[in-house]
Amino acid sequence: MTAHVLLIEDEPNIAEAIRFILTRDGCRVSTHGGGVDAVAAVHAARPDLLILDLMLPGVSGLDILATLRADPATEALPVLMLTAKGQDRDREAAERAGASRFMSKPFSNAEIIASVRDLVAR
Amino acid sequence: MPMTGLTGSRLRERRLALGLRQADLARAAGVSASYLNLIEHNRRRIGADVLARLAEALGIGAEALSEGAGGALRDDLRAAAAEAEAGAGAAGPELDKTEDFAGRFPGWAGLLAAQHRRLGQLERAVNALNDRMTHDPHLSQALHEVLSAVSSVRSTAAILAETEDIDPVWRARFHGNLHQDSERLAVGAEALVAYLDGSEQAEEQGIAAPQEEVEAWLAVRGWQADLAAAGDLASAAARSMAGAWAERAAAEAAAMPEAAFRAAWGAGGDAAAVARQFGVGVLAVLRRAATLPGSVAGLVICDASGTLLFRKPAEGFALPRFGAACPLWPLYTALGRPGSPVRALVETEGRMPRSYLVQAFCEVEFPQGFAGPELRHAAMLIAPQDGMAAGMAGGMTGGVTGGMTGGAVPVGSTCRICARGACAARREPSILSEGV
Repeated sequence: MTAHVLLIEDEPNIAEAIRFILTRDGCRVSTHGGGVDAVAAVHAARPDLLILDLMLPGVSGLDILATLRADPATEALPVLMLTAKGQDRDREAAERAGASRFMSKPFSNAEIIASVRDLVAR
Repeated sequence: MPMTGLTGSRLRERRLALGLRQADLARAAGVSASYLNLIEHNRRRIGADVLARLAEALGIGAEALSEGAGGALRDDLRAAAAEAEAGAGAAGPELDKTEDFAGRFPGWAGLLAAQHRRLGQLERAVNALNDRMTHDPHLSQALHEVLSAVSSVRSTAAILAETEDIDPVWRARFHGNLHQDSERLAVGAEALVAYLDGSEQAEEQGIAAPQEEVEAWLAVRGWQADLAAAGDLASAAARSMAGAWAERAAAEAAAMPEAAFRAAWGAGGDAAAVARQFGVGVLAVLRRAATLPGSVAGLVICDASGTLLFRKPAEGFALPRFGAACPLWPLYTALGRPGSPVRALVETEGRMPRSYLVQAFCEVEFPQGFAGPELRHAAMLIAPQDGMAAGMAGGMTGGVTGGMTGGAVPVGSTCRICARGACAARREPSILSEGV
């Protein structure tokens, strides 16, 4: 079965690169630019895995994650959180909010693929 | 009981400098040579009369022999000791020897005090920088830009390098993205470099609190605020504070010309009366009295929180450099009773207590009218009362002592370094053994 990955990332070039490598790895990837309708996009897409950027314009990835975790439909959804390197406080906050795993920017493509495979297999 | 001061050592130094033998000095002062020997080794207290006779025989003033470490230096040393204590050392500094230390090694003591102050400034600078790194939106924006661009470049470049069968359309697209992100990276890196270049300046700005900067700036100018020289100040905050102070000083100088003010003040040195005469506020008079050219009077100003906003020291009256001042200062009496003049004789702590006539007053303002907050500002003019300082005062010390009842109010600088044992107003134990 092809895993469906939803990517919420406001940087179009990063989103494009991630989409390319995950698609080549056999995933079906949809993207969303973030913003207030991000949660609705998750509900509509019903992905197997969510890749969520922590720093989104106008809305925090943490808030999106907290909303998802509070909803029975998405409370168990695997979420890979993209954080900035060295921002330990962000990481701790994301951990508390219920992120399944973290990926620090700048990440390597191999790391992303390995994490996605691992989270989808669970 | 051995004396803690160094009167004996100073006496001995003076005697040796004059080439006098112990026996000769003893005879001249009418004491036994063995008693003088004990005194010289700080093993006997000296009565005021013996001290006076010895001083006369040595051709110097008694106070030159008995003066301990300068109040400010002593307080700095105590404050340094308090810091050391907080840092937990097994063998702390010998607090009972502070004056001995300052007396015997004035250079080293001065260095220690200066380093203690520098340490405080550096701590503030570190905190300021830390705040800046943590909360500065420009820095986090610049970092976010660079990180995003780097992430994209890394990922995209890896795709181009590792995907051999990449579709030409995708390849062109990724090349475009790379180009775009490298441009972003260049701009972001430039912004970061600009930021880091600017932070050298920020460090200097963080060294001294703006208030301290302004006070130091005024002190080197004999407390004459010069608006044109405000540009010398390192930080924008200090420049703005100095500018406001200078403007008000100029207005107050215009309202109370020097000659007229000296004449009015000389008639009794009553700030409230002088204020009435010039039709100005009492605080304006206190400020004018403290900053008139040659004035030796000190001045402190605080707001409703008791925080000192301005500190001009008076010789021998130690003002806390950081933190809260002595709650017994009449400044705070005035703060609690806006509009009521408070005049008192106060006495500093120490082996050679000095007295000061202080006048304090609190004014209330409503800068936003009835709807806004009530702002209080209290000021206390500190006029030295002892002979030497008063003589230097050029008539600016204020001679009004009438109308006061009771003895001098015992005050200190700040609890942590104040030696007064039984003080009802004490906030925390002193680091000095007498106070614990």
